[in-house]
Amino acid sequence: MSVGSQQLARRQPSRRGAELMLLGCAWALGVLGTLQVGWATGEGTPSRLWVTVGVVGALALVMHIVVRIKARYADPLLLPVATLLTILGLVMIYRIDVASAQRAERNSAPQPTPDVYAQLTWFAIAVVLFVAVLVLVKDHRRLQRYTYSFGLLGLLLLVLPLAPIIGTTVNGATLWVRIGGFSFQPAEAAKILLTLFFAGYLVVKRDSLALVRSKFLGLGFPQIRDLGPLFIAWVVSLGVLVFERDLGTSLLFFGLFITMLYIATQRRSWLILGSIFFAIGALLAYQFFDHVHNRVIVWLDPWSYADTSGYQIVQSLYGFANGGIMGAGLGQGFPNFVPFANTDFIVAAIGEELGLTGMFALLLLYAVLIERGLRTAVSVRDSFGQLLAAGLSITLALQVFVIVGGVTRLIPLTGLTTPFLSYGGSSLVANWVIVALLLRISDRARRPEIHQIDADDALTQVVRRV
Amino acid sequence: MMSRQIRRIGVVLALMLVALLVNITVIQVVLARDYRERPGNQRLLLAEYDRERGPILVGANPAARSVETGNTLRYLRTYDDGPLYAPITGFYSLIYGATGLERTENRVLTGKSDLFFVDRLSQLFAGRQPVGGAVTTTIDAAAQEAAFKGLKGKVGAVVAIEPATGRILASVQSPSFDPNLLTSQDPEAIRTYYEELKSDPAKPLLNRPIVALNPPGSTFKLVTAAAALASGLYTPDSILPGPASYRLPLSTSELNNWNRKECGPDGKVTLKQALAISCNTAFAWLGVQLGDEALRKQAELMGFDKGFQIPLKAATSRFPAELDEPQTALSAIGQFEVRATALQMAMVGAAIGNNGVTMQPYLVQEVRGPDLAILQTTDPIRYADAMTPLNAAQLTEMMVNVVENGTGSNAQISGVRVAGKTGTAETDNERPAVAWFVAFAPAQSPKVAVAVVIEESGATEISGNGLAAPIAREVMKAVLR
Repeated sequence: MSVGSQQLARRQPSRRGAELMLLGCAWALGVLGTLQVGWATGEGTPSRLWVTVGVVGALALVMHIVVRIKARYADPLLLPVATLLTILGLVMIYRIDVASAQRAERNSAPQPTPDVYAQLTWFAIAVVLFVAVLVLVKDHRRLQRYTYSFGLLGLLLLVLPLAPIIGTTVNGATLWVRIGGFSFQPAEAAKILLTLFFAGYLVVKRDSLALVRSKFLGLGFPQIRDLGPLFIAWVVSLGVLVFERDLGTSLLFFGLFITMLYIATQRRSWLILGSIFFAIGALLAYQFFDHVHNRVIVWLDPWSYADTSGYQIVQSLYGFANGGIMGAGLGQGFPNFVPFANTDFIVAAIGEELGLTGMFALLLLYAVLIERGLRTAVSVRDSFGQLLAAGLSITLALQVFVIVGGVTRLIPLTGLTTPFLSYGGSSLVANWVIVALLLRISDRARRPEIHQIDADDALTQVVRRV
Repeated sequence: MMSRQIRRIGVVLALMLVALLVNITVIQVVLARDYRERPGNQRLLLAEYDRERGPILVGANPAARSVETGNTLRYLRTYDDGPLYAPITGFYSLIYGATGLERTENRVLTGKSDLFFVDRLSQLFAGRQPVGGAVTTTIDAAAQEAAFKGLKGKVGAVVAIEPATGRILASVQSPSFDPNLLTSQDPEAIRTYYEELKSDPAKPLLNRPIVALNPPGSTFKLVTAAAALASGLYTPDSILPGPASYRLPLSTSELNNWNRKECGPDGKVTLKQALAISCNTAFAWLGVQLGDEALRKQAELMGFDKGFQIPLKAATSRFPAELDEPQTALSAIGQFEVRATALQMAMVGAAIGNNGVTMQPYLVQEVRGPDLAILQTTDPIRYADAMTPLNAAQLTEMMVNVVENGTGSNAQISGVRVAGKTGTAETDNERPAVAWFVAFAPAQSPKVAVAVVIEESGATEISGNGLAAPIAREVMKAVLR
């Protein structure tokens, strides 16, 4: 290493030490949270506490070491924040496990299988994929080569639940695939693949899409021929809504596509056109599809349906109200009163037991994660990286907004998982892949330029090849 | 480049975050109360039913306790003798709130009282639910049961007090209600029962012993007699005019004796004899001689015009202000606007029996922690020196004479000297007259003072001796046994 590069490296530290310290804090919070759940519910110290917290700590440490080696200059906040969210999810899932077990005991019903160990296993699998992404994808720009493959694969995954035999309908929505004893939600993987596709596609096509052919109300509008991609995205989203009855995923894809289109073309007209398409789609869905219609009706007046279709949202609101400002305290609420407490409604459980304070902390954690992602998008120098980082961050943001807004009755309720928190493997793995991709891009964005001429630095060999 | 668009999207996302934060704040802060109290919300119910509420004890036995149910609502509030102790325990309903000791001692029963500071500290660290403490009442189960039995089928109340301390030994009402039915786990049944109680003209939800105000009638003659002795102008043997009817001063109205006869030969009667036969004309005359000021002062020394918290809130018994002479005459015999609770009249009896010292009445003897360690004991408090010991002794003898030779014969207990006074009071409205009996026993160093009030009984002959004295006797016997 030359003297110059060492000086520069010193001026722009990798901040890996800060990352490790924050990971330690996240882990410690998890230990304390688990202990509090155990003590407050009267279960005592969880029997396998040191095994589980040991596994979580080891997984976090593995990720940190891999980042230190493979993405040394990556943003130091992304990993600890995502880890803290995952740990918080594990604590809440354990909390709800305890509640379910205690309820079963009271009703002399058979003990349910705890979910927390399954979730921990999924976390381990997520870490494997996280490591794989960082090791295999040495430069995110290489992903651009597979743009159309990703697009095709993404679409395929999206329609997979409709396939006979393997497709499964759960709670009215057809978004599961079951192969053997193993089931997953392909939409979670599809959201990453389609973001990759959108980024690659829009980088290439953005010039023609940005061409202004007509002006209306002071805004430039694209020519009709270029509306094609927008129209296809719209039809696919509607298709997901109609055939898979998955309102959340449908919303997520369309919103993601519109915002990425806007970023790529820098034309506000796309946002307006997109909004019009959205409005038409929403109106059609409201008119013709009962499940959408019901969601809106219940949203407007959940109290009238408190015992039927509004039961979930009403229970969720009661949970939040019970939490108040400081929360009932971990282990002292009634989180399993809300159906699907550890998946769609895990935020309601957090709102009840950790209160408004906890909710603010939680949403700010997401805000930090998303802000870091957007900052990566702004600072990386290649357009593909910019679009990809922005797209991935927006996916997270939209998903958080749609589900948290849904369970708090800000918007109609749509089934989506809460990133990192919800019980469910597909979602956890997918979101960790997103973190890995963001780390990969941010490593590129924050890497000192000078290293490009350090021939002996293994990290820079990748750069040189491009 | 695209940075500007990304930043703009960032701003939009920030606004969405603000929308989420504002919305959650509204739910968890502004609307939280409303949501918590919505009828369909079981959380409050469950939160309450989830923790073991401390018992309310009568002696060593719980009048109210939490029983583990084994279902989702983990604990059920149970009252083993619900209607018997209802005026003391009150009820604990998650729809209609709490009354009685369930309300006033809530912080102890839920374990949230500052008395449990040390326990709370350890609970805080462990994140455990506080466990409720126990409240021990001053109630004597035997006296309570005797009074309850005596009141059966009547509308009325009984209060018994230990004269030396002010401990309330019995507080009974009829009709009563069953608090079990208000704490059940079926909201619909609770509502139905509550509405039924509310529409009952006999008002079973009224805490009759300490809240129901009635004219005390002739039992108030005890206060008038005490004022007469206090004036120094009268002794039990003083001769008073006791004609068959008394023309109220400054008016044309006549006040009659209950039997429309003269109280003694030549319309003259001693103070002692006037009390024994409850001579209205003599006491009306006496009241006018003493003046309303003296009567009020004596009444207030015995607890009138003061709202006691025992800790249940008792109604304030009244001796009216600014009386002219005819009003004073009527007030001296417990009519006009004089109003008293059963608690108040029991206090009058107790003060006379306690050498003239009025004690503050109380219902809570001890507060115990979840581990049953005594955390707080109530000490008796002197309220006022209402009479000199000598006057008190003289009045006691006069009251013994009432029971042994006068109108209160039904209160006699063999082998025990009982002091008592009957009363029958006209109420303003169409309701039947109210029958009273105030007594204490044994006359020297009494263990119990009792007041019985019967508002309605269905009996055609209404008299304190006939309706109220037997109940008072049974209550006193129960305590003395």
